[in-house]
Amino acid sequence: MQAAVVYPLDWLEERSGLVGGVRYFLFRKVPADTNWMQTLGSATLTAFIVQVVTGVILAMYYQPTPEGAYSSIQRITNDVTLGWLVRGMHKWGASVFIILMFLHMGRVFLFGAYKYPRELNWIVGVLILLMGMMEGFTGYLLPWDQTAYWATVVGINLNGTAPIVGPWLAQFLRGGEEIGARTLTSFYSMHMLLIPGAIIGLITLHLYLVIRLGVTSPPWSKEAAGTGSLDGQPKDLRKGLTRPSARGAGGRD
Amino acid sequence: MGSGRFPWRETAESVRLPARCGNCYDVDAREGPGLNHEPMADESNQSEDPHVPSPSLWPIGFAVGIAVLLVGLIVNPLWISTIGGAIAVVFGVLWAREATSELRGTPVTIEPERRELAEPGAGPAGPTGTVDGLAELEQGERFPRSKFLEGSTLGLGVVIGGIVTVPVAGFALLPPFLGQKQHKVDLGPVSELKEGQWYVATFTVDPEQGEVSRRTAFIRNNGALATGGAQVPSFTIISNRCAHLGCPVQANGPSGAILGLPTVKTKTLNGDVTFNPTVPAGFGCPCHGGQYDTEGNRTAGPPVRALDRYSFEINHGRLILLSTFSVSHVDGTGSQAKIHKYKPVGPGEHVDGPEQVFYPINPPHH
Repeated sequence: MQAAVVYPLDWLEERSGLVGGVRYFLFRKVPADTNWMQTLGSATLTAFIVQVVTGVILAMYYQPTPEGAYSSIQRITNDVTLGWLVRGMHKWGASVFIILMFLHMGRVFLFGAYKYPRELNWIVGVLILLMGMMEGFTGYLLPWDQTAYWATVVGINLNGTAPIVGPWLAQFLRGGEEIGARTLTSFYSMHMLLIPGAIIGLITLHLYLVIRLGVTSPPWSKEAAGTGSLDGQPKDLRKGLTRPSARGAGGRD
Repeated sequence: MGSGRFPWRETAESVRLPARCGNCYDVDAREGPGLNHEPMADESNQSEDPHVPSPSLWPIGFAVGIAVLLVGLIVNPLWISTIGGAIAVVFGVLWAREATSELRGTPVTIEPERRELAEPGAGPAGPTGTVDGLAELEQGERFPRSKFLEGSTLGLGVVIGGIVTVPVAGFALLPPFLGQKQHKVDLGPVSELKEGQWYVATFTVDPEQGEVSRRTAFIRNNGALATGGAQVPSFTIISNRCAHLGCPVQANGPSGAILGLPTVKTKTLNGDVTFNPTVPAGFGCPCHGGQYDTEGNRTAGPPVRALDRYSFEINHGRLILLSTFSVSHVDGTGSQAKIHKYKPVGPGEHVDGPEQVFYPINPPHH
C-alpha cells in the first residue's frame, strides 16, 4: 500500500527532482515564534486562487457584448446550476482578496518585515496590490448594469483628469471617444488575461523571494534579538531563519 | 520497487534516492552548494578595467527619432513617421558603431595599406600586408567567435521580438486614437419642437453600435434669430454629460405628461428619437451634486466649466446634430447667448484659467 504511493513519487523524483522541490517549498524551516498574522499572505494567495478558478468558470458563460453581457449574467445567476454560488464567490471573493492584501501589507509593515534584505519583495507586493486594484476596476464594468456603466464612466474620467497624460489614458481605456462595445471587450480581455497573467508572474517572484530570504521573526522575538531562547526548542530551529539566505543575502537577522 | 522509507518528515537531510543502480546520482543537493548565487564572482574579479562606455550623444538623437515616429503615427503616419523612422535608424546605426568601436578595435586593415605606400618597390604588397594583419589578429583575439555567436543570437532575438512586438503594440494602442468617426445625428423635423419649450431629447449617436450609443441632450427651440437681414433658426442644445466626471445631468423640474404637453416621438436613421418636454430651473448632476443654470453655466458643485454643447445644422427642415464642443461659460441667454467655445475635451478638464496648462495636448478628435 505504501509502496503504491512511494514508488511513483520515487520515479518522479529521480527524473525531475520535483518531489524534493515541493518538499523544499512546503517544509521550510521558519522561526519558532512565528505568529498567526504571518498566515495572511497565504490567505491572500488562497483568495487569488479562488478568483482564478471561479473566474475561469464564469468565462464559460459570460458574453462580453453590450447586448449579451447583462442577460448572460442574469442567466448565470438564475438559470445555470450553482451559477449563483460561483458568481457570488467571485464577486465577494474579489473584496476578500483586496482586504486580505491590505491586511497582509499592514502585517508586513508593523512587523518591519519590509526592511533589508526584503525591500524588493515589498516593491513586488505593491505592484501586486496595484494589479489587484486594476482587476477590481476592470471587473466592475462586466455586469454591464447601470451601476457598472456609470461607475466606469466616472472611473475613466477620473483617470482623464490626470495632468498631461490623463486625456490619452482615458481615451485608451475607453477604446475610443465614447464608451461602447470596444470598452467592454477590452476591459474583459484585461480583466481575464492581461492582469491575471501579470499577477501570477508577480506572485511567483514574490514567493521566490520569500523562500530565498526566509520568514521574519516577530518584532518582539527574544530569540531574534539574541537575548534568550525558547525553552524546549532545539537551537537548530533557528537555522530556518538564515539557511535559505546563508549563501546569498547573508543571515542578517 | 522503491524504498519503503520516503523521508517525508525529515526536512533537515537531503533526499537521497535508494541505491538501486550503481550510477544513479544524487538528485537533491540541498545541503551542498545547490543554487549557485555567485556564478559570476570569478568573472567580475577578472575585469580589473571595468567596461565604462564613454558618454554619447547618439542615444538622444535616437530617442528624438522614436518620439517623432510615435507622434507621426498619430498626426501623419505616411510622412512624419517615415522621417522619424529615418532619424531613428541613422542615429541608431551611429550609436551602435560607437558602442561597438571598442570591440572592433582600431581598424587593422589600414596598416597594410600604409605600408604599401611606403615600399612601392616591393611590388603588389597585398600579401605581406595581409599576413601582418593576420598575425596581429592571432596575437590577441579581440573578437572571438563565441562572442560573435552570442551577440548575434541575442541580436536576432531582439530583432525577432521587435518585429513581433511593434505591430501587436500598435494594434493594442492605436485604434482608440485613429479613425474615430464623426456622427451626424438626425433628430427629425424642426417643426415638431415648440418654440421656447425645453425638451429632453434621447437618440442613438451611432446606429451601428445601437442602444449603447444612446445619448441625451437638452434642446430648446429659440425661434428665429435675425442676423444681417436673414432669419436664422436658433437652438440651445446642451449635452447632459456632466463637466465634472461625466455622469448624466438631469433637468431640475417637472417633465412629461404632468405638463400637459405631448412627448414627441420620431423614428430616424438614429433609431427612436424622443423629445420629452420639461420645465427646468436648471440642471443637476446626481453623482456629486454639480449644479448648472439653464444655459449650462456652473452654479455650484465640483464641475470645472459649463456643460458641453452640440453644434447643429438644419437640413431640409430637419434638425441635425454635429459634434460637441466644450464651453467655459455663457453670457446672455437663448438666441442672444454669447458662448465661450473651446474644442471638445473630456469631463474634468479645465479649458480656461491657470489649470489649463495641465492639459496641453488632447487626443485627436474625429
